[in-house]
Amino acid sequence: MASSEIQPPAAVLTRRQQFIAGFRDTLPLVVGAIPFGIIFGAVSVSSGVSVAGTLLMSALVFAGSSQFIAAGLFAQGASAAVIVLTTLIVNLRHMLYSATLAQHLKHLPARWLVPLGFWLTDETFAVTAPHYLRDASPHKHWYQLGSSLFMYTNWFACTVIGVLAGQAISAEQTRQLGFEFAMIVTFIGLVVPLVRSRPMLAAVIASGACALLTDDLPNRFGLMLSALVGVVVGVAFSRFQPPSQTSQEPSA
Amino acid sequence: MELTELTIILGMALATMLVRIPVLTFFGKLRLPDLVLRALYYVPASVLTAIIVPGVFMPDGGPIHLGFDNAYLVAALVAVLVSLRTRNLLLTILLGMLALWVWRAIIGG
Repeated sequence: MASSEIQPPAAVLTRRQQFIAGFRDTLPLVVGAIPFGIIFGAVSVSSGVSVAGTLLMSALVFAGSSQFIAAGLFAQGASAAVIVLTTLIVNLRHMLYSATLAQHLKHLPARWLVPLGFWLTDETFAVTAPHYLRDASPHKHWYQLGSSLFMYTNWFACTVIGVLAGQAISAEQTRQLGFEFAMIVTFIGLVVPLVRSRPMLAAVIASGACALLTDDLPNRFGLMLSALVGVVVGVAFSRFQPPSQTSQEPSA
Repeated sequence: MELTELTIILGMALATMLVRIPVLTFFGKLRLPDLVLRALYYVPASVLTAIIVPGVFMPDGGPIHLGFDNAYLVAALVAVLVSLRTRNLLLTILLGMLALWVWRAIIGG
C-alpha cells in the first residue's frame, strides 16, 4: 500500500529557485497582459483621467478589468461612489482567490500576507493555485512572490508605454482608431471563455438584456442592476443543473 | 490631478485591497458559504457583459442600433467568433480591432 502522506518533490526547491519558477511560469501570462496594459494607459488618458492619475491607478489598484471599467465610467461622468462601488463588485472574485490560497499560507506572518494579497491577480492565482497543490515546500510562497512582482512591474511599465502612446496621437485619431472599442473587445475576449455552462450563459444573456433596458438610468446604475440580475439568474439556473456540472463551477 | 480624481483612485485602491487582503490574512480557516461562492462565480462575466452589450448595441449612447452599418456590432461578432474558436485574448483583441478598421473602411463610416 502506498503511504497516504503527500509525496515530497524529488528535490525541495530553495527560495531562490521557487522565486525563479514563479517568474518563469508567469511569463506567458505577462505576454498576454502587455497589450492590455498598453491599451489601458492610452484609453485611460483619452477617457479624461490625468497622466498622474492613470499611473497612480496602476500602482495602487493593480486590477486590470476594474481599471478599464473605471476609465470608461470616468469618460461617462459617473460619480465617485459608483466608480468605487463598481470596482469593489468587479474585484469581489479576489475573495475566492484569497480563500483558496489562504489555506496554504496560514503559517506566514502579516508582512508576507499583506503584500501577497495586494499583488493577487487573476494571472498570479492561475499559476500559483496549481503550484501550491503539487509542491509541499515550506518556501513555496516565494513562487507567488516571483509571479506577483513580474506581473506588477510589467503592468506599470505597460501603463507608462500606453500613456506615452496615447499622448503621441490626437483625440480625433484616437476616435478614428476606435480605442474605446479596444476595451469592449478586450472584455469580449475575457467573457467568452468564461461561458462554459448553461447557468453562465443564462447569467450573461440576462445581464446583457437588462443592460440594454436600463442604459438610461443615471450614474450607470443600470450596470450594477444588470450585474446583480445576471448573478441571480446564474445562481437560480445552477440549481436546476445536475450536480456533476454545478460542483465544478467554483473552481473555474 | 484633481481632488475628485485622487479621491476616486484612493477609493478604488482601498476597495480592491479590501477584497484581496483580509481574507488572505485573517480568514484563512474560514469557509465561505456555498451560496456566496456560487454568486461570486457569476460576478465577473455578468459585470463585463453589462458593459459590453450597451457599448456594442448603442455606440452613440442609444437608441439600439442594429444593422451592418453599426461597425461596433460587426467587429464584436468577429471578436466573439475568434474567442470561441481560439480562447486567445491577444488574438481576439487584434482581430476584433482589425475587423473594426476594415469594416469602417468598407462602409465608409
